[in-house]
Amino acid sequence: MTITALPSRRDEAWRYSDIEALAAAWPLAPAETIVVPPGGDFRREIVQDAGTIHRIEMSVGKDAAAALHILNVGGSYGRIEIAVTLYEGADFTLGAAQIGGGKQNLEIVTTVIHAEPGATSRQTVRSVLAGTATGTYLGKVAVARGAQRTDSEQDVKAMLLDRSATANAKPELEIFADDVKCAHGCAIGELDGDALFYMQSRGMPPAAAKTILLQAFVAGVFDGAAEEAHLQDLALAKLGELV
Amino acid sequence: MLRIENLHATVADKPILKGLSLTINAGEIHAIMGPNGAGKSTLSYVLGGRPGYDVAEGSATFEGQDLLEMEPHERAAAGLFLGFQYPVEIPGVSNLQFLRESLNAQRRARGEEPLSGGDFLKVAREKAGLLKLDMDMLKRPVNVGFSGGEKKRNEMVQMGILDPKLAILDETDSGLDIDALRIVGDGINTIMRRPDKAVLLITHYQRLLDYVEPDYVHVLAAGRIVKSGGADLALELEREGYAEIAA
Repeated sequence: MTITALPSRRDEAWRYSDIEALAAAWPLAPAETIVVPPGGDFRREIVQDAGTIHRIEMSVGKDAAAALHILNVGGSYGRIEIAVTLYEGADFTLGAAQIGGGKQNLEIVTTVIHAEPGATSRQTVRSVLAGTATGTYLGKVAVARGAQRTDSEQDVKAMLLDRSATANAKPELEIFADDVKCAHGCAIGELDGDALFYMQSRGMPPAAAKTILLQAFVAGVFDGAAEEAHLQDLALAKLGELV
Repeated sequence: MLRIENLHATVADKPILKGLSLTINAGEIHAIMGPNGAGKSTLSYVLGGRPGYDVAEGSATFEGQDLLEMEPHERAAAGLFLGFQYPVEIPGVSNLQFLRESLNAQRRARGEEPLSGGDFLKVAREKAGLLKLDMDMLKRPVNVGFSGGEKKRNEMVQMGILDPKLAILDETDSGLDIDALRIVGDGINTIMRRPDKAVLLITHYQRLLDYVEPDYVHVLAAGRIVKSGGADLALELEREGYAEIAA
């Protein structure tokens, strides 16, 4: 379904950070629909390097598994929007890194609906931001009435390379069942000065030391991706531009 | 090799070093001892170039180069090694990657060819064996989950691999049990006791000096060296205490 009217900040469901960029891209193309059949196993890598708005609507059938690995690095406004519905015993994994500098505005917006019992979801997002860039994660987990034994986790961390960069992280939980685990954690920080000095004292120039620390910071999100090494290389190249 | 003259240094605008002078020649091992708060660690950080440690006056030259004008990584490439009192944990970065990148960064800075993976592993294995550190520890993230003794041995493995001209070892003996102390002492002797190398040991206690015999012992108190002597000065300090000697 294509939304016809440009959303406004007054909307309850307002989930955009840059209204001007959104207006320029309006009307949005329909979301890509992905249906993972019961018992299926779906994997996809997405590299957003052109400043586009990428939308996915996905349903994951009974006892099926789906994994998305995302590198969000390009353009002035790069947005990835994912809506997932999980049926009984389904499993969803999101591993995402967003790396931006300059005036870039990068965001990942997710809605994960645990529609039936026993589904699991794991979302891991790492952002590295320099200059006056903004990185946002807005993640909603909705547990339907009766979706007992839901197990969901949101693990969100951001590293700011400059004090002028901004990171936003917001988990939204909407739970209508009582036997559920919905963990969410968030941390926003800077590179460890002690570690940087330690590495420099061993001979590493500052840029190399920073790159290695940042590489370690984002590395885990691509675990299990089919093209893990490729994603790591692209991430490393982008990190190299920022330090 | 190292010449420090009338060094004054401040940390957060507080004067810590107040006119320290010290000359270390190639082939010598010097020990600096002193009570808590004398400025021992500050001296090592100033020489290593740690941010926040400001030199107000005086000079430090390393093989004729102005050490204080150099960045920390340039000091390392020139042949200075700083052994940390509290080695830093770096999650997600393996020891081997860390050391190979460090060594090759130093080699590039000196105009030498980087070491291949195979050649590097050979050196790493040899030095780890010398310090009796399991090779598996080198595959783990830098210092993460290491005991105090393992961290200090890891510092010495790093020193062996990086092969510096001058090692400044800040309380390398703290946190070591008796066996580890001997291993670390043997490591320092094997790696650093050479005619073209020198060591500055910073320590509270005499016990490391049983294994690494210093040529000179200095007493640092209130930001200055108040007394210098031979190895027997350390024994005297141990017997009499700092208060007597430094007075």
